[in-house]
Formats: sequence, structure tokens, C-alpha cells
Amino acid sequence: MILLDLFWTFFKIGLFTFGGGYAMLPLIQSEVMSHQWMSLDEIVNFIAVSESTPGPFAVNISSYIGRITAGIAGAVCATLGVVLPSFLVILLVARFYRAFRHSRTVEGAMCGLRPAVIGLIASALLSIAQQVFLQSAEKSLPAVLTSAAVFGLMTLLSFRKVHPVLIIVLSGVIGVAAGYMLGL
Amino acid sequence: MKHSIYADLFLIFAKIGLFTFGGGYAMIPLIQREAVENRRWITADEMLDVVAIAESTPGPIAINSATFIGSKVGGVFGAVCATIGVVLPSFLIIVALSYALEAFSHLKAVQYAFWGIRAGVLALIFKALIALFRQCKKRWFEIAVMVFSFAAVALFSISAIWVILLCALLGIILVRTGKVKA
Repeated sequence: MILLDLFWTFFKIGLFTFGGGYAMLPLIQSEVMSHQWMSLDEIVNFIAVSESTPGPFAVNISSYIGRITAGIAGAVCATLGVVLPSFLVILLVARFYRAFRHSRTVEGAMCGLRPAVIGLIASALLSIAQQVFLQSAEKSLPAVLTSAAVFGLMTLLSFRKVHPVLIIVLSGVIGVAAGYMLGL
Repeated sequence: MKHSIYADLFLIFAKIGLFTFGGGYAMIPLIQREAVENRRWITADEMLDVVAIAESTPGPIAINSATFIGSKVGGVFGAVCATIGVVLPSFLIIVALSYALEAFSHLKAVQYAFWGIRAGVLALIFKALIALFRQCKKRWFEIAVMVFSFAAVALFSISAIWVILLCALLGIILVRTGKVKA
């Protein structure tokens, strides 16, 4: 049952994502790719779409995957799944949040989670980097150099606090120009 | 017209959901302005609590804050209204956009654009990673956990869920026994 599968998969993703945003990448990668709902390429493309549209990545990607795999009902189930864990946990915590905030167990868990998320994002970064460069390598050497140049330039710009949407637009423009010029 | 707190929660959080790009921390100033300064639903102090709690509970910060503020102002139903409000704009936009993406994704120009964009996204993730690394404490414990979780997923293909559970458990044990300071 696809709807239930969508709901349950995104429920797990919602439950185990701390910090939001890119922290959920490794989970999305393993859960979504094992269902073959999206390829790694499509996930990376969708990160760009999500950065350029309102709302959290979690909601955007669950709505999108739900919609393309099982229509509007799929979108509703996947989004409900990703939202429900946070919703329920917060309802529970809201009653005694001061105690929760200063609990040593919560502090301890966060102490382990913060560096864990960094390691997880690093592994997602590595697999995406492999994908980006191997794919360009299949095309031609100039394609690899273009990818490297875009990566270098955009890294520089993002450290200069250029807005992500602008970075995505620029990368896209360079991609189109280089694509036609190199005849990829 | 009768002033309803529930409609208010829904509308304000829909506005917050609609005007935050990229999600996450970008949303906090907007929530601060609407919920603390304009509506006085929570105090500035409570807002700090909201951020701290959102960080240490699962899920996106946007959802966590909406549910928290909604439940404080209007109980469970308030939480439902605020949460649906914050989710609905992105949901509708993405569902609409998904048809366009399907229709245009086979075009050569779109494929070239996304080929460039993937290298750009790599840069965005790299930047986010460096920012997180700079913020994180770097004692032996943190470094060991980073190396472990990276290796577990990248080299041994262990599920990220197990890594998260294990690292949280390890943190709890070491902090509670005083081996590591929180």
C-alpha cells in the first residue's frame, strides 16, 4: 500500500531528523533511494527547488515525492507523516518545557546528536560530490572543469553571504551556457 | 466579525510559511516579529525557549515553533491550526510546481541548468557543513562522534537512523555519568 508506505517512511524521516534542513539529507537519501522514489540527481535538483520556494525542506520534499509517486493523496500522506512526529513531540513537551530544556538526558542526547549530524552531512556531501563529478566526467574533461569552477565560485559566494537563491540562479545560468557551448 | 484566535494562528503562521525561503533559521526573525512583537502570544524569553526546544526535538524548526506557540495560545486545536498554517503554503506551491517540473524536466536547457545547479547545491551543502562544524564544540568526544557517524554511513552504509540513535544514547550515557560535560 503506497500511501501507507509514504506516510510511514516520512514519519521515520521526521522522527529522526534533528536540526532540520540539510541534517535530513542522509535519511532522505537512504530511505527515498531505497524505495526508488527519486534518484540522487533528482534529490539534489530538488534541494535547489526547495531553496527557491517557501517553507522547510522536509515539507517540500515530502509533498513532492508524495505527489509524483501517488498523486495528491500521496502528497497529503507523506507531508502528514513528516509533520506528525514533531507535532506530537512538541505537544508533549510544551507542558513541561522548562524541565525538558534543562534535563540532563536531553542535554546529553544533543551533545551526541550535534556532532553526529555533522558526520552525516559530510557523508551526504561526499556522495553528492562523487555524483556531480563522475557524471561530468562521463561527458568530457571541460565538463568536469566547469563543475569544479561552479563549485569553487559558489562556495566563495556563499561564504560572502550571497543568498542561496542567487547562487542557484547563477549556477543554472552557467550550466545552460556551458552546456550549449560544450555541446554536452 | 467575531475575532477567532484559531483563525489568527492559522493566518499568521500561513504568512510565516509563505515568506520564509529555505526554512530553518531564516524563519526565526519572522516568528519573533509576529508572535512576540505584534501579537504578544509569547514573551521574548519564551521565544528563546522555543528555539532551544525546536533544536532539541525532531523535525523542522518551523513546525516545532508553530506547534509550540499554537498549543500555548490555543491548546491542541491551536497547535493544529498553527501547524497546518505553516505547512499549507509550501505544500500547495510544491504540488503545483511538481506538474511544471514533470512537464519541463526533459528539455535540454532545463537539464543543462540542473547540471550546473547540482554543483551549486554542492557548494551550499559544503558551506552549511563548515558553518555547523565551526559552531560545534571540538573536544575528543565530538571529533570521535563526527568520525564515527561519517564512517558508519559513508564506508559501512549503516542506516542514518541507527547512527542517530546510537550517538544520542552515547551522549546521554557520557553526560549523565559525568564523563563528558554538556
